Amino acid sequence: MSKEFTIVVLAKQVPDTRNVGKDAMTPEGTVNRAALPAIFNPEDMNALEQALRIKDKFPGSKVLILTMGPFRAAEVIREGLFRGTDGGVLLTDRRFAGADTLATSYAISQAVRKMNPDIIVAGRQAIDGDTAQVGPQVAEKLGIPQVTYAEEITDIDEKKVTVLRRLERGIEVVTSTLPCLITVHATAAPCRPRNAKMLLKYKYARTANEEKDPANEGKYAIGVDEKPYLRIQEWTVDDVGGDENSYGFAGSPTKVKKVENIVFKAKESKVLSGSDADIDSLIGELMANHEIG
Amino acid sequence: MNNIIVYAETDSGKICDVSLELLTKARGLAERLGVDVEALLIGSNVEKLAGELYAYGAKVVHLADDPCLEFFRTLPYAAITLRVFNTEKPQIALFGATTVGRDLAPRVSSALKSGLTADCTSLEIGDHKDAKTGKEYSDLLYQIRPAFGGNIIATIVNPEHRPQMATVREGVMKKEPLAQPVKGRINRIDVASILVDSDFAVEIIKREIEERKIDIKGAQIIVDGGYGVGSKENFSLVFDLAKTLGAEVGASRAAVDAGFVENARQIGQTGVTVRPKLIICVGVSGAIQHTAGMDQSKIIIAINNDPQAPIHKIADYSIIGDLNEVVPKMIASYKKQSK
Repeated sequence: MSKEFTIVVLAKQVPDTRNVGKDAMTPEGTVNRAALPAIFNPEDMNALEQALRIKDKFPGSKVLILTMGPFRAAEVIREGLFRGTDGGVLLTDRRFAGADTLATSYAISQAVRKMNPDIIVAGRQAIDGDTAQVGPQVAEKLGIPQVTYAEEITDIDEKKVTVLRRLERGIEVVTSTLPCLITVHATAAPCRPRNAKMLLKYKYARTANEEKDPANEGKYAIGVDEKPYLRIQEWTVDDVGGDENSYGFAGSPTKVKKVENIVFKAKESKVLSGSDADIDSLIGELMANHEIG
Repeated sequence: MNNIIVYAETDSGKICDVSLELLTKARGLAERLGVDVEALLIGSNVEKLAGELYAYGAKVVHLADDPCLEFFRTLPYAAITLRVFNTEKPQIALFGATTVGRDLAPRVSSALKSGLTADCTSLEIGDHKDAKTGKEYSDLLYQIRPAFGGNIIATIVNPEHRPQMATVREGVMKKEPLAQPVKGRINRIDVASILVDSDFAVEIIKREIEERKIDIKGAQIIVDGGYGVGSKENFSLVFDLAKTLGAEVGASRAAVDAGFVENARQIGQTGVTVRPKLIICVGVSGAIQHTAGMDQSKIIIAINNDPQAPIHKIADYSIIGDLNEVVPKMIASYKKQSK
């Protein structure tokens, strides 16, 4: 019998910042956040595919999605179920709010420990922050090796995993002992589409909080007692334990001092002459907006 | 103690530009704080590179030089970095936002519980008052970075934890050696006393690194030259502006076909599609075949003496003027204002 792996996929629901076109700006020139749809972070989708491929190769393996966010982030876990995962956990608690990457990675590492996987995969970075920090920080907190910028998990056995990494100017093939954490780059294979059968099966999968939401009244005809696989688990600080001061705002060493919306003064084309004064004011404006360093 | 440490990344036996840019920036910060700049150099047979770090102002080079450190691997490099930071207690630690820096820095910051700001575009020193507690802090590192897909600029501070850590991308800051190198010294790190077997859990099986290629796709800023630039010789204007701003050079098909620049720089339907945060079109007419490859850029500046040129229709800023006068003025204006 071949090995059965437990794989945890770290995934995040993010606002779709890629499609902030000029039309997604308010008349004042700031971002219209409400106009941005919430999506499955793109590189987490690449990570999910790598996890599902391990399951394809080693039937009996389990792929579980772990996400942190508000109640609506359960959508990320459903997306996984539609594509062949075995379940997932939504970390949701007001006490997680205001977390920077360090406090986020603490919460996630506490939950991962409870899930006890052989391998953890995540997107390299999320498009709302582009920090690429949570993966390596989770690995550090768990005291396990990390392999970043992965393009493909090329081989895996009970003892080690082989990974092709995509670097700035080439590739590297590495092996790592297990358990280990792998962050997956956008150049990896795209995720498979939703599976029609899975879509039917898990369409009404939900968390307890979604069930309580008055907006969903009458939506769920079949009880989770009857079909337990429809229950998406939610964990709070109480479920993952640990040091309460390491969560959320209190556990975050970095603080946001100031946020400036980039305001584009020239919504309509601004016409300048080649005069010294015009050039100086243009360069000055670009520097003030940090467009040039 | 409490100095600024810059991680000196190496690539094919050379110090990376981004590390030299960070040292240049660190000198300014250190002067403001009244502290020294130091460098952390890890690798195999890298001691000979210390001189270049002195030329950029590092008074101490913390050196971990061992054959087992030939290529970057997270765990041994992180263990050494942690040892140095725990001993030296820097107040600021800076890393390049490269595949190495973005792998190493978060691992280290997690172990130190110190916080880290990724991909900063600007670093300044300033004061801070905590809105909740009212506590005041002086001389913190302002870590300024775009967020939310580049639509907002956030200033991040790290009031209570040290070191204040940040990564910065290559080309964002200026690189300038000192007129006279500092008289630096090496602090040799005893590698064998730090590393343990489990630090070698990751093994490198194969590495294939290519020569640095032209990559205009990944550039944040592009200076885009067209046929209007006039000649291969005159394209040096475009390259000069790009170098000043830390930008890449792109070109229209007409400019490439005329032999002004190499093929790899071609933007448009038959070239590459780019979406930088800033593109400056120099002598580009604005044919649809070209603009299809760049009209999603966040800010478009067009320099063209023909007010009827179609490029002005998609430009956020149109400069109607002779590129031979405007481009040198932009370079001079940037140099003047960035001082």
